[in-house]
Amino acid sequence: MNMKNRNLISITDYSKEEYIHILDLAETFEKEPVQNIAQGKVVATLFFEPSTRTRLSFESAANRLGAKVIGFSDASNSSTAKGESLADTIRTVSCYADLIVMRHPLEGTARLASEVATVPVINAGDGANQHPTQCMLDLYSIRKTQGTLDNLNIAMVGDLKYGRTVHSLVEAMCHFNTTFHLVSPESLKLPSTVKMHIKEKNLKYYQYTTIAEAVDKADILYMTRVQRERFLDIQDYEKVKNSCILDKSMLEHVKPNMKVLHPLPRVNEINTDVDPMPQAYYFQQAQNGVYVRQALIAAILGLK
Amino acid sequence: MKKKELVVSAIQNGTVIDHIPSDKLFQVIKILNLQDGKDQMLFGTNLESQKLGKKAIIKIQNRFFETSEINKIAIVCPTATLTIIKDYEVVDKRIPSLPDEFEGIVKCYNPKCITNHENVTPKFKVLDKQEIKLQCHYCQRITKEETLSFL
Repeated sequence: MNMKNRNLISITDYSKEEYIHILDLAETFEKEPVQNIAQGKVVATLFFEPSTRTRLSFESAANRLGAKVIGFSDASNSSTAKGESLADTIRTVSCYADLIVMRHPLEGTARLASEVATVPVINAGDGANQHPTQCMLDLYSIRKTQGTLDNLNIAMVGDLKYGRTVHSLVEAMCHFNTTFHLVSPESLKLPSTVKMHIKEKNLKYYQYTTIAEAVDKADILYMTRVQRERFLDIQDYEKVKNSCILDKSMLEHVKPNMKVLHPLPRVNEINTDVDPMPQAYYFQQAQNGVYVRQALIAAILGLK
Repeated sequence: MKKKELVVSAIQNGTVIDHIPSDKLFQVIKILNLQDGKDQMLFGTNLESQKLGKKAIIKIQNRFFETSEINKIAIVCPTATLTIIKDYEVVDKRIPSLPDEFEGIVKCYNPKCITNHENVTPKFKVLDKQEIKLQCHYCQRITKEETLSFL
């Protein structure tokens, strides 16, 4: 499968076969992480807002492929601070790099960048909109822990309204005959535009307000943080922030294959007493991010 | 029998856009770029209408619109009708219908959308033509009729 020069802006840009191809490639990088196949290539990481995990894992992935990394991790270090338009910044960086990885606080920036760039663009998060590489590593982690992506029960917990990783994962898992168990406070339920994808495929979904109602049915428990920055009103945030917290006692009667995933960073939604439990998989999940990003960089640069 | 009288006089050749809600007249002028036109134009507004209560009408001499131009009007006034006049005779009648995709005209309602911060023309996919649901090509958020505002 040739994915050379393909942008990755939204999870819907790729077909089911293309996700599978990337996951298969990521498996080869997990077996052999250091492969010097991108020597002489330059990857630009343009982070207009701070990020630890995503930026470092992209840079780690590029380095393990032998590529050089240029870029910035804060918009104040870029010429946008001088008033340059995003389009001009992207056109210029296109002259210096073979691939652009970008994160931006405004929504739709990655799509705009892909329209003006002369090199492929990977969206590493555009505000509350899309974060497709997180979704790819979630798929990788689900397949790795369950041995399959088909016919699973996935419980999603927390901020289902604003959580972009949840929206992307729902869209992607709709290809795999998933049953969804949606746990959130009343004010943070999954938006109807996302539920539309579930309904279109005639899949089942159930809505709950407590983890206890869903946890025993789940093959995957996908926890998310209720993010303060997504709320316009701080009082609304305070009302709901503690409503979906997982602790060790809730894991007593879960399925033997059940794993807890979280896109990280976590605040208090997974109690630290869960960390040593065999169900806790969120740190390995972060590790998987490097393999998946290696696979994406290699495929998009036409090296694999 | 009472003699009927035209409030706005007839044109010889051109287009009559009728049944425009009065409050949408200036938006229609803007969408069709009529402000830059050199031909004779007649505008009437706050005219009596059985269908709309108050309506506006535009008559443009020597101007005939492409279907894509006509369809843009559907976003602001789906009730509008266009009558094509040649030699004082009606030769065609057309009704605007919303296109599947379009650029400009409307703002994305999402304050965090890049189109509201940079010099980028918004683009939309029309998800629902009855209850106007426009999906932003950039941020993917959906602008509905109640959140509609014009560029």
